[in-house]
Amino acid sequence: MASILVIGEADDSGLTAPTLELLGAASRLSGELGGGVALALIGSGLADAAAAAGPAGADTVYSADAASLADYQTESYLPVAQGIVEQDSPAVVLMSQSSIGRDLAPRLATRLGSAAIMDALGLEVDAGRIKATRSCYGGNARQVVTVQTDPQVITVRPKSQDPLEADASRSADVVSVDVAEPTLRARTTGKEQAESDGIRLEDAEIVVSGGRGLGGPEAFADLERLADVLTAAVGSSRAACDLGWYPPSQQVGLTGTVVSPTLYVAIAISGASQHMAGCGGSKNIVAINKDPDAPIFSFSRFGIVDDYKKVLPALESAFAQAMQ
Amino acid sequence: MDVIVCVKQIPDPETPAAAFKVDEQAMQVLPAQGISPVISPFDAQAVEAALRIKDASGEGSVNIISLGPDSARDAIKHSLAMGADEGYHLKDDAFDGGDAWTTALALSKAIQHLGVPDVLIFGRQAADWDQGTVGSIVAELLDLPSATVLRAVELSDGGITVSRVVADGFENIDLPTPCVLTISNEFGDPRYPQLRQIMQAARKQVTELTAADLGLDASEVGSAGARVQMHSLFQPTSDVEVEIIEGDTPEEKAAGLVNALREAKIL
Repeated sequence: MASILVIGEADDSGLTAPTLELLGAASRLSGELGGGVALALIGSGLADAAAAAGPAGADTVYSADAASLADYQTESYLPVAQGIVEQDSPAVVLMSQSSIGRDLAPRLATRLGSAAIMDALGLEVDAGRIKATRSCYGGNARQVVTVQTDPQVITVRPKSQDPLEADASRSADVVSVDVAEPTLRARTTGKEQAESDGIRLEDAEIVVSGGRGLGGPEAFADLERLADVLTAAVGSSRAACDLGWYPPSQQVGLTGTVVSPTLYVAIAISGASQHMAGCGGSKNIVAINKDPDAPIFSFSRFGIVDDYKKVLPALESAFAQAMQ
Repeated sequence: MDVIVCVKQIPDPETPAAAFKVDEQAMQVLPAQGISPVISPFDAQAVEAALRIKDASGEGSVNIISLGPDSARDAIKHSLAMGADEGYHLKDDAFDGGDAWTTALALSKAIQHLGVPDVLIFGRQAADWDQGTVGSIVAELLDLPSATVLRAVELSDGGITVSRVVADGFENIDLPTPCVLTISNEFGDPRYPQLRQIMQAARKQVTELTAADLGLDASEVGSAGARVQMHSLFQPTSDVEVEIIEGDTPEEKAAGLVNALREAKIL
């Protein structure tokens, strides 16, 4: 029995970055709770990911590896996750606040007779339970909460926790989990991959983002040129996405992607709390906005108060020179 | 098709950060001066989705449930003005201090009380606590299939076809009825009620239901039944001091910014 069970995610390159972060957090917390760290992997072709779990901090890996689990579906993953939790009976279940975690955690917690806290930014042990700090009111407030029932199910915001240095001398016991053929009522029939020829938002060292203040979709072409110069990814505020100016997959914010690049360049973005929830972890924010009172400036290290239309061409050539 | 939408009245999420204040002692958000509460925007989109389902199927009803204090009535009235048929207000002091679990429990009892419809729709999350769990908990309690964070909902042969927003694109999911859906902001703008519809909605009866009406004991709901405990509520502070790059021309400002980034070793 582990004190903390991480329900992780794997892709072609192995354990995902948020999974490594969860294992880092679980290692830190389990030291105080007493007990080990287990990792549950649900999917198909998990051998490499399972092998990486020990070095990343897991003591035990539950591997539910079946072709029927290749893609996430609520009703195929839910009974498998439930089975692993009941087998391991952890005090705490951690998941990423990902497309999977958002969907799975509340149903899993309910099925286990407990409750879930979503999108935690900070985790600490207090009186033997996990106190989670999370954002609410669109990022305008923070609350500290605990789940009073067991197990404590918590989803964690990507990039909020530090992974461990991989330690190749560590290994984890791998427990193979039997998977029954799922009974599906809802069925995923297909997937549309978002067009993205550029750098993935969550991986980028520099992000150039545009908002409603751009005035129209065509301005994103200018942002893409600037991003090319900086080897940056292009993001968008929710307002700009909702107006159809840029694909939802590039949305930075509470309901989109969370980024924490070294440099976040916010162009014509006012800085609504729900947007800052997605980029507030950036190491440096630069804001370009014609409104000197735009809230974005209060989160920024550097700012230019001007019409972006005038500044952008000058910025593109200045950065092009600097990056040579 | 018969649809039930669960909605919530919340402080306006567009409240400027400067007007947003928290009473840390009471662990409550203080009403902002001159800014009225609104139906949670994702919930208005959920009502829109429900109305389109009813229209596309050519029959059925859209009924609204909201749990909350007196102000919840306004979210119901807004939904009725958008075109929904009947409103139900779960109103009881026993519901005070509840969490997502107790809310979902009461909603699921109310849904059973009214009869499980073909489709149950929620906003992806209430834009106050931003948890996004109530729809999924109700689905689990009623043992229904669910699909969350949707940008599109359509009738299909004998069921519902949806497009779910995921990190790297969209998933298409087919669901039978009855099912539970949660709607995301990508769904698009909801209709805005006209004055005549607001007047009509104002005259409509809203049925109030108490915990006892739903067969719930006071110990199961509100703070007594809550599974999540809040210890504190506060406003985050930013310790960044912005340096505005000055200059007479855009070129000067751009050059100044690049210099500043280099000096700070960011570039």
